[in-house]
Amino acid sequence: MANESSNSLFHQAFNPAVSRRDVLKTGSAGTLALVAGSIPLPFISSEAAAQGASVAASEERVVWSACTVNCGSRCPLRMHVRNGEITWVETDNTGLDEYGKHQVRACLRGRSMRRRVYNPDRLKYPMKRVGARGEGKFARISWDEAYQLLTDNLKRIIAEYGNEAVYLNYGTGTLGGTVTKSWPPASSLVARLMNLCGGYLNHYGDYSTAQIAAGLNYTYGGWAAGNSVSDIANTRLLVMFGNNPAETRMSGGGIVYHLEEARQRSDARMIIIDPRYNDTASGREDEWLPIRPGTDAALAAGLAHVLISEDLVDQPFLDRYCVGYDERTLPEGAPANGHYKAYILGDGPDGIAKTPEWASRITGIPARRIVQLAREIGSTKPCCIVQGWGPQRHANGELISRAIAMLAILTGNVGIPGGNSGARESGYAIPFERFPTLENPIDTSISMFTWTDAIIRGPEMTATRDGVRGKEKLDVPIKFIWNYASNCLVNQHSEINRTHEILADENLCEMIVVIDNHMTSSARYADLLLPDLTTSEQMDFAMDANAGNMNYLIFADQVIEPLFECKSIYEMCSEIAARMGVGEAFTEGRTQEEWLRFLLAQNRRRDPNLPDFEAFREMGIYKRQDPDGHFVAYRDFRRDPEANPLTTPSGKIEIYSAALARIAAEWELEEGDVIDPLPIHVSAFEGWDAPERVQYPLQLIGFHCKSRTHSTYGNVAVLKAAVRQEVWINPIDAQARGIANGDSVEIFNDRGRIHIAANVTPRILPGVVALSQGAWYTPNHHGTDLAGSINVLTTQRPSPLAKGNPSHTNLVDVHKA
Amino acid sequence: MTQYGFYIDSSKCTGCKTCQLACKDYKDLDVEVNYRRIYEYAGGSWQADGDTWQPSIFSYYLSIACNHCAAPPCVSVCPSGAMHKRSEDGLVVVDTDVCIGCKSCAMACPYGAPQYSSRKGYMTKCDGCYERVAEGLKPVCVESCPLRALDFAPIEELRERYGTLAEIAPLPTALLTGPNIVIKPNRNARPVGDTTGFLANPKEV
Repeated sequence: MANESSNSLFHQAFNPAVSRRDVLKTGSAGTLALVAGSIPLPFISSEAAAQGASVAASEERVVWSACTVNCGSRCPLRMHVRNGEITWVETDNTGLDEYGKHQVRACLRGRSMRRRVYNPDRLKYPMKRVGARGEGKFARISWDEAYQLLTDNLKRIIAEYGNEAVYLNYGTGTLGGTVTKSWPPASSLVARLMNLCGGYLNHYGDYSTAQIAAGLNYTYGGWAAGNSVSDIANTRLLVMFGNNPAETRMSGGGIVYHLEEARQRSDARMIIIDPRYNDTASGREDEWLPIRPGTDAALAAGLAHVLISEDLVDQPFLDRYCVGYDERTLPEGAPANGHYKAYILGDGPDGIAKTPEWASRITGIPARRIVQLAREIGSTKPCCIVQGWGPQRHANGELISRAIAMLAILTGNVGIPGGNSGARESGYAIPFERFPTLENPIDTSISMFTWTDAIIRGPEMTATRDGVRGKEKLDVPIKFIWNYASNCLVNQHSEINRTHEILADENLCEMIVVIDNHMTSSARYADLLLPDLTTSEQMDFAMDANAGNMNYLIFADQVIEPLFECKSIYEMCSEIAARMGVGEAFTEGRTQEEWLRFLLAQNRRRDPNLPDFEAFREMGIYKRQDPDGHFVAYRDFRRDPEANPLTTPSGKIEIYSAALARIAAEWELEEGDVIDPLPIHVSAFEGWDAPERVQYPLQLIGFHCKSRTHSTYGNVAVLKAAVRQEVWINPIDAQARGIANGDSVEIFNDRGRIHIAANVTPRILPGVVALSQGAWYTPNHHGTDLAGSINVLTTQRPSPLAKGNPSHTNLVDVHKA
Repeated sequence: MTQYGFYIDSSKCTGCKTCQLACKDYKDLDVEVNYRRIYEYAGGSWQADGDTWQPSIFSYYLSIACNHCAAPPCVSVCPSGAMHKRSEDGLVVVDTDVCIGCKSCAMACPYGAPQYSSRKGYMTKCDGCYERVAEGLKPVCVESCPLRALDFAPIEELRERYGTLAEIAPLPTALLTGPNIVIKPNRNARPVGDTTGFLANPKEV
C-alpha cells in the first residue's frame, strides 16, 4: 500500500490544478465499474463514451503499435481494442519463435502500455502557467491561445536575442519513431520547424553516453562500434564491464535474449564486473567481480600490467594497427616515455607501476583475482571485452571508457568474430531514411549537459572552458526552451535543486514550452503545456532497436482516437509553422499519413525488399537478418588497415592521442580535472578517495529500474508496485547505521535529501549505495524528495572532456529517517 | 483427465516480471493482486581483506503463479465449493458466482496463490488461462516471457522433458500439496528449508 500512498502524494504535489476528480469525470459510468478500485483509472475517449453501450457487442480488433521509449530496444505491441478502447496489450506473436526469426517480445513496461495511455496524469488540453514557475499551477486555454502565446514569444525572443537563444532540450520520451521521434532533437519535427525559422542552439552528446562518446572518439574515431551481441556465439570468454542488459535492454527481441541464446551456442565463460550483483549475473555468471565505482580504469591498468609483464599482449597487432603502445609507435612530438607501456610499467611521468596490488587497493578487488582475470583474458582467443555505459557515466568517465577498451586492443581482439572493440555492442540496422529535418543555419553547439549554465551565464561560456563548439564563445544565454517528450528539464538532469533555482527565475529563461503526454516533474516547470498524443493515438513507423543480428521495422498504427484535446507533434508543428509563415515549407502539403506513405515509397526505391504500405500495415513487424551473419566492428580495418583506415587523425587505433595532448594543454580545467593523451586512471572529484568522503562516506550510483525506462512509465501504479523504489545498501553499512531491511532512510549530501525505503541486500559492494534513476521527483514542503529521484543528489559539475553528466560519481551518507 | 502444469526455468529467469505484468494487463488486475509472483531469494556474506572485499553471496529469481496442485488445500478448505479443480485439465479455478470471499483458501495455500480482490469482493487466482488453453494457446505469462523461461503443457510431458523437481527455496516442500510444476534450478538455487538466504522482496510478492 506504500505505493498507493506515494502515488496519492505524487498527485497532490504535481496535479494541484488538475485533480483526480476532474480526470474521473471524463470516464463513463460503465468504464468506472469495469476498472474501479485502486489502480489508475482508465478513461475512454469521448467518442467511445458517446457510443457507449450501443456498440457493446462490437468486435475486438487487434492493431499493431509500438513501445517507443528509450531503453535501446524497441517492441511491437498488439493492442486489443473494443469499443474504441484498448482492452489488453499483446506483443509479437508471429512465427514459430525460433532464435534468428524470433518473436520480439515486449517487457513488463510495454505490456503495461494501456495504463500509460489511460493514465490519470495525462495532459488533456493546452494549459498556461498561472502560478510561479515550477509551482504546478496551470489554467486551461484554447489551442488558438496556446499557438498565439508560443509564436508571440518565439518571435519576440528571436528578434531580441537571435536564434541562438532558442534551445531544443535533450529528450528521449519518444524514441525510434519517424514522425514522432524526439531524439536526437536535431532529427525531431521541432528541429524542422526551427530550421525553417532561422535555427536554434545545437547540443552535442547525450545523458547516456557523453563520456564514452567523447573518449572513444579519440581511440577509434567517431562513435565506437562494437560487435553484435549475437556474435557472442563465436566467443570463448565474455568480460562485461558494467554491462547489464537484463536491466537495460530487456526486450525479448533485444540484447538480453540474444546474450543468453548466443552464450548457449558458444558456452563462453561470462565474467561480470559491477558494484552490484546485477540481474544479468543472477546465477548465470561464471564470476562476479564487485568493483568500486569510478575505478574501472585502475582495474584495466592492473590487468594490462599482467598482460604486458607476462607477455600476453598481441605485439604484431599493436605494431600494425595502433599508435602509442610503446616507443615504436609513439607519435612525433610526444614526450619520451609518454607511451602506454611506460605508463603501465611505471616508467612514465608518475613513476608508478600499475601492478595488480596497486589496482587492488583502488578497485577493492583482490590482487590474485586481477592476476587470474588477466591471464584468462590474455590466453583465451577470441575474447569479447564489452563495456556498458555505467562505467563511463563518471567524473573521470572519458578515461575509463578508453582504459577498458585497452584490454581488447592489447589482446588483438578488435575486428574479429568473437572479439570486440571494448565498446558496447552494436548491431545490424535496416537502413531507413527518416523524416527530413533540414539544415540548422546555426553551427554553435553546447554539451547537452550544460544548458542550465547557458541560461545563467551563456555569454561567459567558451570553447576551451565549457566545450562550446562551432564558436569561440556563446553570445547570448538560452531564453526559449522547447522541451518535447523530455523529462530532462528537471527529473533527468542532475542537481534538481539547482535546476529549480535557475528555472524559477523567469527573467533568465523567458519561455519554456513542454510537449508531453503526462504531468511529469518537467511539465510542472512549463510556461506553456501542449498535450501530445501517445504512440497509440497516431500512425508512425518505429525502429532503431538494438537487436543483434535480427533488425526490424514496426508499423505503429493508430489504435484509438486521440484522447481529449491532445494533438500530434506533426499537427502542432504544422500549425506553429503556419503562424510563423513557413507552413507550406513545413508540411510540403502532406498529412502525417501521407508523409509516412511518401517516406516508405522513397525507401522502397532504394530497398525494394521492404514491404509496401498496405502489406507492412498488415504484417505489423518486418524482420530482417543481417546478411553478413553478425556485425563485427572494424572488420574491414582489421583486414586491411591501409585501405580501410579509421577516422582518427592517424587512421589507426590511437592509444596515445596527440589531439588529446593538445586539448589537455589548451583547455582551462577546474582543479582536479584531467584530460590525458593516454587512457590513464585518475582520481575523480567526489570519487571513492576524495577528501569529502570523510563527511559523506558512501558512494552513490544509479542504475536502471526494470519498471521504468529512465522516467517513462514512472507513473504507472502496477509497475511502481512490481519493482519498488528503494536504495540498495549492504548489510555491513546498514548495520553500522542501525538500518533494517525496509526501514525508511534519508540519503543526503550538500545538494539535497531523499526519503526512501532501504533495500538491505548483500548484492552490493560495502561502501556503495545504489538508487535506480528516473523516479518522479516529489518534494515535500521541506524540499525533501519522497520518490527517490537520484538527481536530487547528483552534481551539475561536468566531466572534463565531454562536459557530460557524472551521474554515478556522488558521495552521500544515509541514516534512518 | 490431462493435468496441465507450468515449467519454470529459474536458470534463465532474470526477474524482469514481464510474466507478472502481462498477466495483470490481460486479467485487468488491481495493484495489490498478483496472480504471478516473482520471488527473489538472496543471501551470503562479505569478507574484508585489507582494502579489498571478497563476496560469497547469491541470489536468484523464481516465478510462481498457481501450481494447480494434485491435492489443492484451497479446494479442500473452501466452504462454498467455489474453489474447484477442473476435471478436464486439472486447473484449479474459482467459481466467482459462488465464492463468498472468506479467504480460507488464501490461508490454506502455502504458495500465496489465491488473493482477495477488494474491488470484486471475491477470491481471485491464476486459472491457467484455461480459455486460452482450450483454444490451443499457452497462458499469457508463458507467451510473454522475454527469456523463454516459462512453459505450460501436460505435466507428464514436462516431467519427461525436464525432470520432477518441484521445490527449491523459498518454496515449501512439494510433499504438502503436490504442485504441478517442474523447476529447472538456477545455479545459485538453495534447497527447500534453506536458512542461509532470505526472501529479498517480501513487499513485491
